[in-house]
This record gives sequence, C-alpha cells and structure tokens, in this order.
Amino acid sequence: MAEKKKRHINADILFKAAASFCAALIFIIMAGILIELFRGSHLAISKFGFSFLTSQQWNPVTQQFGALSSIYGTLVSTAIAMLIAVPLSLVIALFLVELAPPALSRPVGYAIELLAAIPSIIYGMWGLFVFAPFLSQYVQPLLKKYLGFTPFFQGPPMGIGMLTAGIILSLMILPFISAVMRDVFQMVPAVVKESAFGMGATTWEVTRKVTIRYGMQGLIGASFLGLGRAIGETMAVTFVIGNDHRISASLFAAGNSIASTLANEFAEASDKLYLNSLIELGLVLFLITLLIQIAAQLWLKRLQKTVGSQ
Amino acid sequence: MKRRSGKSRKIADWTVRALSSLAALIGIVFLVWILYEVTIRGAKALSPDFFFKLPTPPGIPGGGVANAILGTLVIIIMAALIGVPTGILAGVYLSEFGQETRFGAYVRFANNVMMGVPSIIVGLFVYTLLVLSTGHFSAYAGAVALAIIMLPVIARTTEDMLQLVPNGLREAALAIGSPRWKATFSVIFRAAKSGLITGVLLAMARVSGETAPLLFTAMNGPYWPRSLTQPTPNLTVTIFNYAMSPYRDWQQTAWGAALVIMAAVLALNIFTRLSLREAKK
Repeated sequence: MAEKKKRHINADILFKAAASFCAALIFIIMAGILIELFRGSHLAISKFGFSFLTSQQWNPVTQQFGALSSIYGTLVSTAIAMLIAVPLSLVIALFLVELAPPALSRPVGYAIELLAAIPSIIYGMWGLFVFAPFLSQYVQPLLKKYLGFTPFFQGPPMGIGMLTAGIILSLMILPFISAVMRDVFQMVPAVVKESAFGMGATTWEVTRKVTIRYGMQGLIGASFLGLGRAIGETMAVTFVIGNDHRISASLFAAGNSIASTLANEFAEASDKLYLNSLIELGLVLFLITLLIQIAAQLWLKRLQKTVGSQ
Repeated sequence: MKRRSGKSRKIADWTVRALSSLAALIGIVFLVWILYEVTIRGAKALSPDFFFKLPTPPGIPGGGVANAILGTLVIIIMAALIGVPTGILAGVYLSEFGQETRFGAYVRFANNVMMGVPSIIVGLFVYTLLVLSTGHFSAYAGAVALAIIMLPVIARTTEDMLQLVPNGLREAALAIGSPRWKATFSVIFRAAKSGLITGVLLAMARVSGETAPLLFTAMNGPYWPRSLTQPTPNLTVTIFNYAMSPYRDWQQTAWGAALVIMAAVLALNIFTRLSLREAKK
C-alpha cells in the first residue's frame, strides 16, 4: 500500500513537471523568437544601425536596405483598416445586441464570425482577382472625381494599392472587433439601460450615453486587438498592396508592408546582407506587435478587475 | 435645459438603426461575395485529375495538385502531433496548477500575447531555427511552425474548458484516492471531452489555411513529398505561387485549390460549432 502510494506521488510529480514544462514552453518560444531574430539580423543591424529604420532605400543591387517604406505601408494600411473596421464593428455589435430580434441576431452574428474563419490567402486571391478590378472600375473613379483635389486620391486607379489593402484588412479584423464589442455591450447591466429607456430615451440615446460610455474601455480594448491582428496580416496584403518600395501620399498607389515584403522577397534573398535585412524587418514587426499585444492585454486585464469589483 | 423636439430625436434614432442594419448587411454581402466567387471559379478547376495527378508545366493540360494535398495533410497531422499534446498539457497546467500562482498568471498573459504574434513571424523564427541550421526546407519545419501557432490556441481553450468542470468532481476524484494525473485524465477530461475536441479541431482549422508560416519552412515543390526532410508541396503555398503566376491555367488551378482549402476550413468550423452547441444543450 505504501509502495503504491509512493508510485502515485512519483507519477504525480512527473505529471506536474510535464504540464509546467509545456506551460513554460510558451515563454521559451517567445524568448526564442526574440533571440533568433536578433541573431539572424546581426549583419544588417551592425551595418545600418539606426538608419535602417529611417532610410527609404531598399535596393538589393546596391546592398542598401532601409525599412521606412515598409513601416510606412504597414502603418497606413492598418490605419485605413482601423478607420473602416472600428465604426463598422461598433454599429454591427449594436445591431446584434440592441436592435435585431434574437431569431435574426444569431444567424447574422454567426455569418460575421465566419468572416474570421476564411483563410487569409482566400482574401488575397479574391482581393486581387475580384475586388481590386471592382474598385478600379466603379469605386476609385468616383473617389477621384469627388475627392481628387486631396493628395490621397490621385494617380491612376489601378485597383491594387494601399487603399485596397486597407479595405480588405478591415474586412478581416471586423469579426474580431465586433465579437469583443458585442460581449462588451452584453456586459452592460440591463437595469442601467432600462432606467434610461424608462426616462423615454431612444435606442440610440441609450447606446450613446449609457452603453458606449459604460463599455468605453472594453471598446478600446477590442480595437487594440483588431489593430494587433491587422498589423501583421500577410497573405491578403501581399496579394493586393502592389509591392513597391516607394512612399507616396496617394492611397491609389502601390506600396508595401513589412509582412508583404517578407512574403514576396524571401525567396529571392540570395546573399547574406539581404537575408539579414529581411529578418530585421521581421524583428521590427515582432517588436511592434509585441508592444500592441502587451498594451491590449494589460488594458483588458485592468478592465476585468474594475468590472469584477463592481 | 435645452429641449430637443421628439421628431429630431426620432430621426437620429432611425438613422442609426438603418446604418447599423446596413453595416450588418455589408458584412454578410462580403461573406457571400467571397464564398460565391471562390466556389464558381474554383469549381471549374475541379476534376479527378485535380485530385490525383501531379502538377504540369503551364500550358499543358491535365495536371493536378495531388502532391500538395498529400503534403498539406502530412504537415497538418505532424503539427497536430506536436501541438495538441503540448497545448493540452499547458492548458492543464493553467487550469489545474496555475490558477492562483504567479507563474500561472504570467503564462496566461504570455499565452494571450502569443496568440497575437503574426504567423509570418513564427515562420521566420522556424526558418532561422530549423532551416538555416540544417540547410534545407522540410516538412517537419513546416509542422513545427504550425504547431507553434496551435499551442497557445489549444492551451487557452483547454484552460477554459477545464474550468467549466465543477470543482466537486475534482474533489470527489481525489477523495477516493486517485492520483492527480488519473483524476485529470480520466475524470476531468471525460467531463470536458467535447469542449477539448472542439478546441483542437478549431485550432487545426485555423492552421489548415495558414500560408505565411509555410513559405519559409516547408516551401513548395512540384513532386510527391518523398521524405520529411525535403521541401514539401502544400496547398496554400501552391495557391500563392500559382495565383501570382502569369499563366491562366495555373491561376485556374489556384482557384480550385482555394476552393478545396476554404471548403475544408469552413466545414471544420461549422461542424465543430454545431456539435458544441449540441453538447451545451
């Protein structure tokens, strides 16, 4: 009996050790990514130093590499995506929680969630062969006609470019943001809303003055999560952004993002410095997403605490 | 206090109602549009040859992507063999040992951050780790990259599902003298079975459509996958290469492959969600 108990204890120690190791593996992988990307880019880091981040040059022939155009493209395409996706997600969440009858809310919510299940390469193909021609034929000429006096909508409406990448990104992050926003709206206590309705407020007034105010922090957290997703999205952007290392103000123009440059040029990178520069691009992207994710998690965690204590 | 007429308030209300219904409609329109285009264009490429033949050079009809289908299956199964046990054990740690500990809180935090790391970065990491050091692209490098993406997803759902198991069950199992591992595997796991399976299937559905992490790890190839240490053809990278090529028939094949991947991923998704809903009832 004692013998058996001892064996049990040994097996349990092993069990706990294995589980702890697998949990620690998450840390090990994150640290590993940081170390490997630093190691893989040391040539570029020592050669270009800080100017890697500020130089527009990206020329494999002259061996000059600067990340500025890729960083710019990443930020601009993400900004377009956020500008479209955040308000759209907000009203979709509003529709699902406050307006739609349950019989409609469930299937619609489900359809929106399915947008998240579609692989990003499908978005890319659809974007390149279907959506970009559609934009260049119907939407971009209109934008040019009415908004062409601004620097953002100039140049030939080719379909592919920064604007298209931003729109497709917004579709991809929409389900993530609206799902969290929906949860936030549902967390608002019914009593609070009902008392506002009881005073004769309309649905929109209740939403604007009660629901959104109550859930503000959660809504910001949801947007952060979407931001983190958009910034590292690769395949969909690679297909439609046009892959050009020039920076131009026009959103019709082709550009590139960090992720699209990696996907596009990795196979061509024959020499060491080129490869190192690409890996350094990856390092920059990793650090940006790490910052955003950590900020988002801390924010949501704080939110849980305040909601939990109420 | 300023008073606004009931009319303007009602108009504002109805505008927002209309806008939000329109937004939901826009979401659905795009979903249907994508599904429709991929189905129509992809269906033209599907034939027995598509599933059972090797690729042909552009211009020569009768080719298929049988090698890529096989390669994708091999990579995903290997990824699951690595990612599922580690992910579940990490989730077990979080749920059963790490609820109150500081290490558990750190792991939970890192796990959430890890879920947001772009998949192309994971691909780059595995490239420097396994491809540069060994000198060749390989199926196992691709599988490791996908497993790293699965790990945090499975850990999270496992923790969530195990937390749903009532504590009384845990205590009862331990009270009759069963060791911790046995209580976990044969009592708690059994209670959380359907949830755990759902988590695993959803994670597999997610990585099935991944392209970016395979670009630098498994790469691609025009032949049958012969060994796990060689570049391995797979559907998603094939779609990328073919769709970006200037050849009509290759683009056609890419649509076919896109339809196959999309149908598989969506079917897996819908099936698991439906079965989860059944289980909840």
